[in-house]
Amino acid sequence: MSETGRRHLVRRQRMTVVNGMFALVVVIVILQLWLLTSTVNGVLAGDFSIAWPAALASLACLGLNAGLLRYLYLME
Amino acid sequence: MNGKEMIPRGLDKNAPADANEETVPPDGRPRSAQPRWWQDFPIDVGRDEYVSRRELTKFTVLTSAAFAVGQVVVAIRGSFKRAAPAPMAMAVASVDELPIGGAKTFTFPEGSTPRLLVRRGENDFVAYDQACTHLLCPVVPKVPEGQLHCPCHNGFFDLETGNVISGPPRRPLPKVLVEVRDGQVFATGMKQAGT
Repeated sequence: MSETGRRHLVRRQRMTVVNGMFALVVVIVILQLWLLTSTVNGVLAGDFSIAWPAALASLACLGLNAGLLRYLYLME
Repeated sequence: MNGKEMIPRGLDKNAPADANEETVPPDGRPRSAQPRWWQDFPIDVGRDEYVSRRELTKFTVLTSAAFAVGQVVVAIRGSFKRAAPAPMAMAVASVDELPIGGAKTFTFPEGSTPRLLVRRGENDFVAYDQACTHLLCPVVPKVPEGQLHCPCHNGFFDLETGNVISGPPRRPLPKVLVEVRDGQVFATGMKQAGT
């Protein structure tokens, strides 16, 4: 394989990794949206017991997403 | 092969800084042999797609941060919420005013959103907030069926408890506590949601 061809393949490989990460980030964001709507529904109905556990879960999701994004930039 | 092609990559001022980001001309000829428009904008589809997808991922993570902040705000507000003081009891209707199966709107406490008083039997009155918990459309009593109906999106609530029977609402109607005293129906308080 030529040098130029190898470099091109590297970029294409990175594109695959970025697509995979993007899909994972989107799934996590959808999970956070579900958490938020469920929590707001519960809080409006007077059930405050789920508010903090859901907030911690959402922060964990954010940490996961931030880690994925950091890895994405470290891959440069 | 001309002289320009012999220039080592590191000395070629037109060469990109990051070798991995090198754009490959479609026809395989050297950069210097490419047309002027290609030299002015030597970015191919693959590189452009990579950068835009990476930026999209970044903004999706920002959305994730916004959700997390919103979630924490909801939790903090829930922690500091204080129960509202119980309003003073007030007469909202006389017993003779409403036939069995009849309904009347009132406000309790003064200035509140409309509440709905429904007479189910001889001395059986129930009252709820009239706004549907889905999108705030006013609910309509259907006493023979024992239901409150929201005509906007076909939500049904139990007339006895205010709980959701079917439809898009997810929360019960806020209930107004009522008592019958000396031929008058008094609203005495609000049943806290979730209790």
